[in-house]
Amino acid sequence: MARLAGAQRGVGERRSVNAVLGVVAWLTALVFFFPVFWMILSSFKEEQDANTSPKLLFSPTFDRYSDVTGTSSGLLSFREAFSNSFWVVIVSTVVVLLLAIPAAYALAIRPVPKWRDVLFFFISTKFLPVVAAILPLWILARNFDLLNTRLVLMILYTGMNLPLAVWMLWSFFREIPRELIEAAELDGAGLRGQLASVILPIALPGLAATALLCVIFAWNEYFYAVQLNPANGSTIPIWVTTNISTRGNFLAKLSAASVLACVPVVLAGWLAQKRMIRGLSMGAIK
Amino acid sequence: MASVQFASATRLYPGTHEPAVSHLDLEIHDGELMVLVGPSGSGKSTALRMLAGLEPLDEGAVFIGDRDVSGVRPRDRDIAMVFQNYALYPQLTVAENMGFALKQHKVPKEERTARVREVARVLALEPFLDRKPKNLSGGQRQRVAMGRAIVRKPQVYLMDEPLSNLDAKLRVQTRAELAELQARLAVTTVYVTHDQVEAMTMGHRVAVLRDGLLQQCDTPHALYHEPANLFVAGFIGSPAMNLFACASGQPVKIGDCALDIDTATMSSLASFSGDRILVGFRPEAVRVGEGPLAAHIRTVEDLGAEAFVHVAFDHEGETAFAVSKMPAPFKGQTGDEIDVGLTGTVHVFDPVGPRIATGTAGFAPSG
Repeated sequence: MARLAGAQRGVGERRSVNAVLGVVAWLTALVFFFPVFWMILSSFKEEQDANTSPKLLFSPTFDRYSDVTGTSSGLLSFREAFSNSFWVVIVSTVVVLLLAIPAAYALAIRPVPKWRDVLFFFISTKFLPVVAAILPLWILARNFDLLNTRLVLMILYTGMNLPLAVWMLWSFFREIPRELIEAAELDGAGLRGQLASVILPIALPGLAATALLCVIFAWNEYFYAVQLNPANGSTIPIWVTTNISTRGNFLAKLSAASVLACVPVVLAGWLAQKRMIRGLSMGAIK
Repeated sequence: MASVQFASATRLYPGTHEPAVSHLDLEIHDGELMVLVGPSGSGKSTALRMLAGLEPLDEGAVFIGDRDVSGVRPRDRDIAMVFQNYALYPQLTVAENMGFALKQHKVPKEERTARVREVARVLALEPFLDRKPKNLSGGQRQRVAMGRAIVRKPQVYLMDEPLSNLDAKLRVQTRAELAELQARLAVTTVYVTHDQVEAMTMGHRVAVLRDGLLQQCDTPHALYHEPANLFVAGFIGSPAMNLFACASGQPVKIGDCALDIDTATMSSLASFSGDRILVGFRPEAVRVGEGPLAAHIRTVEDLGAEAFVHVAFDHEGETAFAVSKMPAPFKGQTGDEIDVGLTGTVHVFDPVGPRIATGTAGFAPSG
């Protein structure tokens, strides 16, 4: 039992070296976590406390949270931004999966001719810097009356996440033993039966990981949102920036807003954690 | 149940020049257990997959019963397949795995359950019906894979090396059970294996393939006693047949000793035009300890009931090797100088392959 308690030492490894490496790992983790910790801490402070020299002892308050979630006319409210983000993220992720699953099936399980080129084409769409495409996108959105609508972000986020989703699902589908699909085929399952009964249940961890990444990327996207939806249909990242003011201190308020913006993603990640870790490693091992 | 026929069936994989299966003509009778055997790359699995519909045909046709199924989708061929790695659906229970095909074919739930239970009883899988495949042993998984095929009552069973993932003891046991089950169900079965012992023990008939070409298709007895060519002679039988290259002129000599061969074989040999032949003796025809050939023992493999004795002797100025199957206990040991005799069935082959004749031979009385 004692051996199982700690990390197992490999043959010939020295305890002292392992201990040093362990300390380095913990320090690295702390360096990464500290800003997040500081943000959370600041969100419970008064503005003066947040802006003065680092102060660990203070009386915590939820006032900043009520400040940022309160509504004032003419300004983007948390409720509105959250609702915009929610629908844009959910719809774009669902559409991405609906399109990516058949695409990945065609590339991984029944490869179309030149499937490598097709796969490369998908990822090549990510080569273009977003900023280089923003003007044509803006003009198109204006011409189709899509500026300041949720729809324009749903379309763009679908396009943005689709190549990634196709790539990820392709690598997960490729791991499914060929014989399982053939067995299902011989057992009388059509394409839909194969997908529903064999491929998707086996690739579920991969599917969860893909969906989660799509959710994270769409939730955090800022550039399209700020360019195309500055007035209406604005999402959470834009709402966070509305808490930056040119007059007075805003650090504690901004921290509170940032924490609120993080919560849904962290929650989604935590819920999908088990499946996702299996999913992310599923494609890697072989 | 139905017969199966391959008619000049050919499969050329894209990007290759040699067909994986070339003009295969093979008829499998209704209720027969046909074994396709050959070394890896011989095309046996490809032939099975062509019958399953998992590989398209580039030429020829495949029939199940009277129906040409060459263009029919796998699921419409009414066949069931057992895969080498079993291909059990990992997320489904044993019962769901076995009932999967019935569900796809919209068999009512009560009937499905009844049929799964019945097959589970036959295969002693009843206690495991609610388990997932990962919680089963290799042998149990193999039985579930069998059960999944049996429960469908298809026209033909296809089995692609279904025993090769089992350990040796379980393999022998399952082999017998499988043969018994097939006889009881009397469903036409095509069984692929690379193991010639499995082929010989299970097949009603065995088709030997090599490089995509059918070498011989016959009963195990005929394959062993009348191999069509050198390849079959060498592939079937363990230890393999002893082959000696000799001049075709008479008398045929092995080492310094002349072979006394029966007259029918001699007359076949007389009409052979080449100057070299290959003379083959099965290990049981090699007698160690009695005979005119001076040899020494290279090694003795004692299997308890019998012993394989590997010997070496001079033949046409080079060292020739032979293996003998001797009853145990065998007294000799490595390095012993010993006499060797050849007596019994002899097979004579053209060095390019075909068998010229089979007869009986022994060493002429010395003198």
